[in-house]
Amino acid sequence: MVNLTVDLGGLRLKNPVLTASGTFGYGHEYADFMDLSALGGIIVKGTTAEPRQGNPYPRMAETPSGMLNAVGLQNKGVEHFATEIYPTLHGLGTEVIVNVSGSSVAAYCAAAERLADLGKIHAIELNISCPNVRQGGMAFGTDCTAAAEVVGAVRRVWPRHLMVKLSPNVTDIVAIARAAEDAGADSLSLINTLLGMAVDVERRRPALSTVTGGLSGPAVRPVAVRMVWQVAKAVKVPVVGLGGICSVRDALEFIMAGAMAVQIGTANFVNPRIAADIASGLADYCRRESLTSLDEIRGVV
Amino acid sequence: MRKQILTLTVESNTDAGDGMSVLTLSGPDCPAMLPGQFVEVEVPGAGVLLRRPISVFDSDTGRLSLLVRAAGRATDVLAHIQPGTALSVVGPLGRGFAMDGRRPLLVGGGVGLAPLYLLARRYSAQGVRPRLIAGFRTAPSQLLKDLYARYAEVTVCTDDGSEGIRGNVCAAPALQHIDADMVQVCGPLPMMKAVAGAARTAAVPCQVSLENKMACGLGACLCCVENTTTGNRCVCTDGPVFNINELTW
Ligand SMILES: Cc1cc2nc3c(=O)[nH]c(=O)nc-3n(C[C@H](O)[C@H](O)[C@H](O)COP(=O)(O)OP(=O)(O)OC[C@H]3O[C@@H](n4cnc5c(N)ncnc54)[C@H](O)[C@@H]3O)c2cc1C
Ligand SMILES: Cc1cc2nc3c(=O)[nH]c(=O)nc-3n(C[C@H](O)[C@H](O)[C@H](O)COP(=O)(O)O)c2cc1C
Ligand code: FES
Repeated sequence: MVNLTVDLGGLRLKNPVLTASGTFGYGHEYADFMDLSALGGIIVKGTTAEPRQGNPYPRMAETPSGMLNAVGLQNKGVEHFATEIYPTLHGLGTEVIVNVSGSSVAAYCAAAERLADLGKIHAIELNISCPNVRQGGMAFGTDCTAAAEVVGAVRRVWPRHLMVKLSPNVTDIVAIARAAEDAGADSLSLINTLLGMAVDVERRRPALSTVTGGLSGPAVRPVAVRMVWQVAKAVKVPVVGLGGICSVRDALEFIMAGAMAVQIGTANFVNPRIAADIASGLADYCRRESLTSLDEIRGVV
Repeated sequence: MRKQILTLTVESNTDAGDGMSVLTLSGPDCPAMLPGQFVEVEVPGAGVLLRRPISVFDSDTGRLSLLVRAAGRATDVLAHIQPGTALSVVGPLGRGFAMDGRRPLLVGGGVGLAPLYLLARRYSAQGVRPRLIAGFRTAPSQLLKDLYARYAEVTVCTDDGSEGIRGNVCAAPALQHIDADMVQVCGPLPMMKAVAGAARTAAVPCQVSLENKMACGLGACLCCVENTTTGNRCVCTDGPVFNINELTW
């Protein structure tokens, strides 16, 4: 018998496959393609204390083996989530994790506090890649002190599982990971998008309205695998790996590099059933390799 | 209508002139789709990651046709795809055209004519024969003219004057004095804006089909948004067809 369940620092998932924030909506968008209960969990859209319109169009450009996006956290705010979306998420048969963003410590805390009222949300994922308005727009996730401050503050108002999502746009990912762990993170997810840019040569203009944007997809995978490997060795809390995962093989790369679980992002756009296929594919892999659980290969490299 | 991942087989690929091709695909699970809806096509061997949004040109249960213009890496491959090739297609997607015009005027430019074929066909089935103003860069192929003439009264405009009225669709008399209860448009953005302006002046309801860049086509990524009177909305799920009074133009 294969046992795919994972214990993510107290948060139990039926299997290690989650969907990445901003790529899977609220799950309903994919319900025609799969039984959502086949997933370990769904990480919903970035949610902020106040509603946000996001950035102007164009927000997307395809690049070699990847894409740039500049969605800019468009969402209707945490109150809308609590009253309109949350009631529709019951009975999906999978963990629903809310990705929380903000441009100040107070804004992160306000969103987390409101979510604390929602008993069926067992975990939040804190996206610390957002610009810190007070500190001149530098991302919380690129500075150990700022990262520790926001994680510590949310830790005090959020009573359940706290996953912290790290930005890859740093020179020393291990230092940020340790800062987040010390400040109270229960697990770490990485990576968020890599800062990138593309130029529309025909029009002599940036491809995105914001000039720069976040790179995702297979192009970032080697960077992500390297960072997961470095962080998994350095911290005690579980690590959730993501970045360009498109297949069972890709998911196994992250697990062998030390990830407890994985998230599927951009690949959902290419094959809307891929996350469920990877979950069942991991079970097939274990059977084929005569493994009783993925623990036998986790962190082997 | 339930969205599906369909594996369809290319039955034929016919040159439609001016860099365009008509692809006919078939597969037993293929549902009948509505005029103005689209599909997301995975394009093998083009070296691209994301699927490409392509309008439903014609559709019946078990069969789907597309009109494709070679405009870049993926559409170049699609326009030259060989019969027998299997294509992965996600659809049906989006909200299409209203079918309540009793004297509809359809306006299409180039590959933007694609969704108007099924629209004209469905109107005909309701006993309404629409008028269609079709804009091209240069004289269109006989194939395209014959296809559209089956279900619509066609007026051709060409940029180079090689056939029909010289100039863009706005040069057509039917757009200078609009006598219709609904104008339905698909084509390049400047053309759609000009036609929308004419419809607004004539106080005739007008629908346009937008082609914003898309990543998912499912309402999940929020990449395709159009700024509307009620804020940013997804073209892939709230559109691609909008009434012009919902838009900020
Ligand atoms: C709802 C919808 C329906 C469409 N229906 C059809 C159709 O029926 N037939 C058809 O041939 N095309 C249609 N298109 C346009 C088609 O999707 C694009 O031409 C295609 O995605 C370009 O891909 P590519 O790899 O060939 O070009 P790329 O190599 O990616 O790009 C080549 C050029 O095309 C431009 N481009 C890329 N995507 C789009 C886009 N979505 N709209 C306009 N320009 C774009 C790029 O900016 C670039 O200048 C539709 C688009 C949408 C959103
Ligand atoms: C369109 C889009 C929107 C995203 N929105 C968010 C978001 O709101 N919050 C967040 O933490 N990450 C967001 N991400 C980042 C993804 O969750 C993920 O970290 C990244 O895309 C790398 O994984 P991938 O290569 O598998 O897509 C977004 C990514 C994309 C492509
Ligand atoms: S293309 Fe993803 S939301 Fe429209």
